[in-house]
Amino acid sequence: MAIIAPGTAVPDFVLKREDGGDFTQDDLQGKTTVLVFYPFAFSPVCTDQLQIYEEALPELTEQGATLYAVSTDATPAQTAFREKLGVSIEQLSDFEPKGAASKLFGAYFEPAGMTNRALVIVGPDGTVAWSHLADSPGDLPGVNLIFDGLASVSAA
Amino acid sequence: MGDLTSAPIPGVRSDDHLRGQAGDPELVVMYADFSCPRCAVAAIALRDAGSSVVFRHFALKARHPRAVPLAHAAEAAALQGAFWPLHDSLFADQGHIDDPHLWARCDQLGLDVDRFEADRRSEAVATRVTRDLREGMRAGVTGTPAVLRPSVD
Repeated sequence: MAIIAPGTAVPDFVLKREDGGDFTQDDLQGKTTVLVFYPFAFSPVCTDQLQIYEEALPELTEQGATLYAVSTDATPAQTAFREKLGVSIEQLSDFEPKGAASKLFGAYFEPAGMTNRALVIVGPDGTVAWSHLADSPGDLPGVNLIFDGLASVSAA
Repeated sequence: MGDLTSAPIPGVRSDDHLRGQAGDPELVVMYADFSCPRCAVAAIALRDAGSSVVFRHFALKARHPRAVPLAHAAEAAALQGAFWPLHDSLFADQGHIDDPHLWARCDQLGLDVDRFEADRRSEAVATRVTRDLREGMRAGVTGTPAVLRPSVD
């Protein structure tokens, strides 16, 4: 499954916010959004990933970008994970239908039935501006890659 | 705030915490966290092997409640010339890392505890610890310990 390519309009999708509300393509309009797809709450690499990305939130805000974490975990598990880690990154659940939104973004790992490890930057116009799929779900993309992506978008 | 785009690991600098020889072709830079057990294993192994090592902080607020305070403590000890003694002390015993334990360690190392207390809460110390973290993030460090080769100018 190929990750969604830059220049592609974001498809219609629905994810669940932690408060139970819907998060859709309409929530991407008018701002820069970084979607961080990760396999499983409480797994080791995902723990490292969100703890490191949390450190970069001030710089992301400075650049006008909002970061969300997406997985196929159910919302209560995501919330427990976020609270256990002590991070503030909002979680978006792709639990039911399982992985439906992740599949639209090309960020689903079929062999294991889980979200793949991928990064997608969506511009204010709702078009994918940059994307990255890890070579393996076990590979953790450094937070520097997100900023490289944002820089390439702003330079374009 | 500032730039977090990719950048090479900085080369050895005059204010780095260096054990061994700066010109050692086998020198490594270790990004580490004093609350991290795997870092302790790596740090003790490097010390016992006589390796030339530059230590840089990679202390994440969300990793452990004492990660950042311990990094600040090590920098405060460094201002009294005791970075490596406190480094070895912390990695030798990660079960005693609360403030009273730090004061006891300072006593054992002959440090001025009042000065240590002021220094570890100083802006300069916080800035130094943050600098190391940000440089590690720009170099793509994603976990600790990260034992790497420094850039060569």
